[in-house]
Amino acid sequence: MRGLIGNRWAELGAMALLIGLVGLILPSGYYFRVGALVLVSAIAALGLNLLLGYAGQVSLGHAGFVGIGAYAVALLPTYWGVPTLLALAGGAVFSGLLALALGRPILRLKGHFLAVATLGLGILVAMVLTNEARITGGPDGMPVPRLELFGTRIRAPETWYWITGGVLLVATFFAQNLLNSSTGRALRALHDSEVAARAAGIDVARIKGIVFAVSAIYASVSGSLLALLNGHITPDVASFLNSIELVTMVVLGGMGSLLGSLIGAAVLVILPQALTIFHEYEHLLLGSFIILIMIFLRDGIVPTLRKRFTERGS
Amino acid sequence: MTPRSILKLAALALMAGTTLGAAKAQDIKIGAVLSVTGPASFLGDPEEKTLKMYVEEINAKGGIKGRKIQLITYDDGGDANKARTFATRLVEEDKVVAMVGGTTTGTTMSMGPVFEDAQLPFISLAGAVVIVEPQKKWVFKTPHTDRMACEKIFEDMKKRNLTKIGMISGTDGFGKSMRDECVKVNARFGIEILAEETYGPRDTDMTPQLTNLKGKSGMQAVINPGFGQGPAIVTRNFRQLGLTVPLYQSHGVASKQFIDLAGDAANGVRLPAAALLVADKLPASDPQKPVAQAYAKKFQDATKQPVSTFGGHAYDGLMILVGAIERGGADPKVIRDEIEKTKGFMGTAGIFNMTATDHMGLDLSAFKMLEIKNGDWALAE
Repeated sequence: MRGLIGNRWAELGAMALLIGLVGLILPSGYYFRVGALVLVSAIAALGLNLLLGYAGQVSLGHAGFVGIGAYAVALLPTYWGVPTLLALAGGAVFSGLLALALGRPILRLKGHFLAVATLGLGILVAMVLTNEARITGGPDGMPVPRLELFGTRIRAPETWYWITGGVLLVATFFAQNLLNSSTGRALRALHDSEVAARAAGIDVARIKGIVFAVSAIYASVSGSLLALLNGHITPDVASFLNSIELVTMVVLGGMGSLLGSLIGAAVLVILPQALTIFHEYEHLLLGSFIILIMIFLRDGIVPTLRKRFTERGS
Repeated sequence: MTPRSILKLAALALMAGTTLGAAKAQDIKIGAVLSVTGPASFLGDPEEKTLKMYVEEINAKGGIKGRKIQLITYDDGGDANKARTFATRLVEEDKVVAMVGGTTTGTTMSMGPVFEDAQLPFISLAGAVVIVEPQKKWVFKTPHTDRMACEKIFEDMKKRNLTKIGMISGTDGFGKSMRDECVKVNARFGIEILAEETYGPRDTDMTPQLTNLKGKSGMQAVINPGFGQGPAIVTRNFRQLGLTVPLYQSHGVASKQFIDLAGDAANGVRLPAAALLVADKLPASDPQKPVAQAYAKKFQDATKQPVSTFGGHAYDGLMILVGAIERGGADPKVIRDEIEKTKGFMGTAGIFNMTATDHMGLDLSAFKMLEIKNGDWALAE
């Protein structure tokens, strides 16, 4: 049992099956939109999970990278006529380089200095997007040119559900490859004991830097997709609260579990929609629900359940 | 927490969704996505209270031609992304016939395309001109625009022969947007902006910027587009520096809080605002007086909070919509056409005359020029 679930193809297959089955039963555009939002958030959470769950570093400014990706597909096509997909790639490359530049000096230090630096970065990005109103439209945001593929403009939530689902699967595949490469093995060694890893000749700072850059790229792609899905973008995407929400998704779903990122994203996106019937008590219930999960599923939803099942099975 | 209980919860959530969808057929469903919490809650909260209060009142009186209104509200927390999700939900799940909401310009702009696609009328409660310009077939709005505030101020300056002015504006969304509108229309009133300064929304001292303005020779007045505490600090610093030229504030500070914050320095400041704030001081001949007074009284009695113009915008939006449904029935296409035909509707913001080319329908007479005297509002005209 343990072998089967731990298998990378099983994890990818489970994710594909989940996305496919849910896609078949969703009744209307609204549900598809919520589904697409879950998948988009899951992409960013997945990247952050690599950083948080494997490299053991916290980023409190990941929404900053989401913002960069989102505004890349809004600004580049609007002002310079860059094709949307190229703009998406450009945002991702920029985010990755920015993360490398930021991570290089900081990740040499021990402890949670990256959290402080990213906190500042996230706030900076949000400030720039808000204040450069002449090009970004300021707090009111700006429209995003629609994505055109094969001559058709893509706007239906159904289509977006399948696109984001596909991107999530590809992102998961890449993440698994990374974890199974020498970098991934080094990462796991690092996770178990940083001192031992260092003693074994692993360049700890470099490995952490690579993972940070990869997670920034994931966040940027997620932001681009969100912007294209919405057709209008405001600086809210880069806000500190969204950074915290991403961290919550990872922790809730389970650190170090790729499937957990999807589940964590699903809980945090769907729950507020389901709780609207309680009106004033919405936030209270959302908070208590998260507290309950953290008490009873201490390692996050997926790892705890997996452990319980494998214990029962063996 | 077992997997079973999670399943149960999911089922419950699904059921909740469907019960919301299955309302009585004869009810007229109106949606409202508002920023009741979050940074824009000071706008969204009175809006929600107002809508609920008046829908209740209309239903108690038997509804619209015997059909009750069902108001479905969602809180977007000021987040444009959430707003769009809720807008989709209103359209596809709740199947509303129209929407009154959209607290901020950002949320309105992100929700607009949803209602355009679904061909449902959407009356926005947000300020900026971009909402109705360029015009969208299904989108309307009830608040004055920031351009109108600029025009009202410039009109007053012209009357007082003040033609050379300085401007100090906040870099927040409101200040920025109004500044941009002001520099678009100043030439039309023959007013020259000699110098411009800005300040951040959290700045605590604007003396340097004001000193710069003070140094400009020939400056006859200062205008301050801004929002929140910034304008109060500007007003205090303005007096501390001994500037004696007239100071104009925007409708963004048209609340008692501003006077409290600025203290004695506020005396003599002029600003454009909706008649609602001075409902009791309007001359009896003013046609706006009864509407403004009635709304202010009802809101204050029901919520024990001072009346704000923001809730008034929600009142105007709801009543325009209700009027349209009364005239033409509850078919979205007919409602849209009827909203466009709204003529002479007396709201808290002024007289609305919608046309095929004007989806706001207010003119400058909707604004009153106020002057602060002895710590209270007074009509300057």
